[in-house]
Amino acid sequence: MAEHAIVTEGLRKRYRDTYALDGVDLAVRTGTVHGLLGPNGAGKTTAVRALATLLRYDAGRAEIRGFDVARQPEEVRERIGLTGQYAAVDEQLSGRQNLVMFGRLHKLGRAAAKRRADELLERFRLTEAAGKNAGAYSGGMRRRLDLAASLVRSPEVLFLDEPTTGLDPRSRNDVWDTIRSLVKGGTTVLLTTQYLEEADQLADRISVIDAGRVVAEGTADELKATIGADRVEVVVRDAADLFGVAALISRVCGVEPETDQDTRRVSALVADRVTALTEVVRALHAAGVVVEDIGTRRPTLDEAFLRLTGRRTAEKSVSATGVAR
Amino acid sequence: MADGLTMTRRNMAHLVRTPEEVALYFLLPIMFVLVFGYVFGSGMALPDGGDYREFLLPGVFAMTMLYGLGATGSAVAVDAGRGVIDRFRSMPVARSALLTGRSTADLLRALLETSVLLVCGLLVGWEWHRGVGRALAAVALVLALRVAITWIGIYLGLVVRDPDTVGMIVFPLAFPLTAVSNVFTAPELMPDWLGTVAEWNPLSATVTAIRELFGNPGLGGGGWASDNALLLAIGWPVLLTAIFAPLSVRTYQKQGD
Ligand SMILES: Nc1ncnc2c1ncn2[C@@H]1O[C@H](COP(=O)(O)OP(=O)(O)OP(=O)(O)O)[C@@H](O)[C@H]1O
Ligand SMILES: [Mg+2]
Repeated sequence: MAEHAIVTEGLRKRYRDTYALDGVDLAVRTGTVHGLLGPNGAGKTTAVRALATLLRYDAGRAEIRGFDVARQPEEVRERIGLTGQYAAVDEQLSGRQNLVMFGRLHKLGRAAAKRRADELLERFRLTEAAGKNAGAYSGGMRRRLDLAASLVRSPEVLFLDEPTTGLDPRSRNDVWDTIRSLVKGGTTVLLTTQYLEEADQLADRISVIDAGRVVAEGTADELKATIGADRVEVVVRDAADLFGVAALISRVCGVEPETDQDTRRVSALVADRVTALTEVVRALHAAGVVVEDIGTRRPTLDEAFLRLTGRRTAEKSVSATGVAR
Repeated sequence: MADGLTMTRRNMAHLVRTPEEVALYFLLPIMFVLVFGYVFGSGMALPDGGDYREFLLPGVFAMTMLYGLGATGSAVAVDAGRGVIDRFRSMPVARSALLTGRSTADLLRALLETSVLLVCGLLVGWEWHRGVGRALAAVALVLALRVAITWIGIYLGLVVRDPDTVGMIVFPLAFPLTAVSNVFTAPELMPDWLGTVAEWNPLSATVTAIRELFGNPGLGGGGWASDNALLLAIGWPVLLTAIFAPLSVRTYQKQGD
């Protein structure tokens, strides 16, 4: 099988005077999760819709499993599943009727479609609500039904556009587990998200996208590395020790640390975090300072993002990161 | 083909799940018969002196088909305005399946409506006078009109993409079509130019043709259009379908582009 399940080159889509996609290059290895991370209006949904044959792009090339999206849409549709940003289920049908219908449209026989529907309802904890109109589902239930609908016939490539937006932590974990097990089974996943935590948790590689362009690409660790060093952080018990500890760290690590009165925290960028940590611990012990917490911290993706796009991420992603922790 | 059937079944399932809407839907034509037949009917005179309810019923058949425009249009708009259409389009489903499924389901529904109207008509003293064969041919013409109207409704729904707006557009669209036609009065009784417009109205063609097939009064005043009503009753639906079906399929393919 080809190495890359999804490839795009110079993908462009213009809406009047804005480029929703302004030359997007992607290469997603078969059987991996690729995160598409970006703020509101970055072009995530447009990219997914273009790849899922839903809109025609103006320029560039896109291939799914070796099939050209523009010229061989039928072949592409045979191989993909899509969970869009907005739930795509028939709200006037029950959850089960929805899944049976999608199964039938995927050329499953009647009995097979029913069996598959029940399996998926079970897996997404929807069995109890199976007979209710999907329109009467809660947002989270609808989302899960939507995800189930895109898995009716296990797709080779799955597009997930903000799949956990609006889910409670338990449902979010369910979705994450599902994605992980799909990937184990060989599915390739392109996942858009504003949740930095989500990309960090799931994605093998991440493309950071802003204003229709990929501004950075790599593993979560690589992206964090692009903004530089790790930190050693010390939280002192007594605020009075703050400046003493800062001076100590400055001496041991050879850099000027930042101090934060409110959190009683001293932190410093270091080149080799393990050595730095060991030395700081030793020096603190020798000085007899009582500390509440000490450790090293890699930069968060949030910090990486700020650095790469020169902007804060959307507010909801910040709070979402909080929830996910 | 199989996809179209699945979509038809989907639309029929909608009907089953919303019985109150369906009941309301059948109530409308029954009300037309009662209101126009008894309230206006007593004061209406026909040029050829026939019975007004005999005259009216074929008109109500056609009018009921026309008002199906709203149901079709808003059902399609509901789909078009929501994400579900994206899912259909991202699946290996025949491109026309959603639309042919809709038009088939609406045809089945029209068949039900027509049956209700037939019974209702017989109850108020209307009948067919020229045999079951011709009566069935008349029903076929009514359904042909409905097919054309379905495709117009589908197009409307795809373009407007909001069921409430569709509901608002339908009445000003449908009302003049029924008013300036031979549904309620004979075009001969209208001012000259208006009578001509009424005669050429696709609705009038079907109504005249089925009056003839049912053997009901009100065959019109001998203009070319009313003399060739049967031809027009086939020609109009064929023409409208030939325009709006491909137009709808094309619009559907470009949804969300
Ligand atoms: N149908 C459309 N017509 C006009 N402009 C559009 C259309 N769809 C998207 N855009 C524009 O294209 C840009 C990218 O939109 P897109 O929906 O892809 O962003 P996104 O990254 O998915 O954002 P979000 O996080 O809010 O979902 C935006 O500037 C948007 O306004
Ligand atoms: Mg989006």
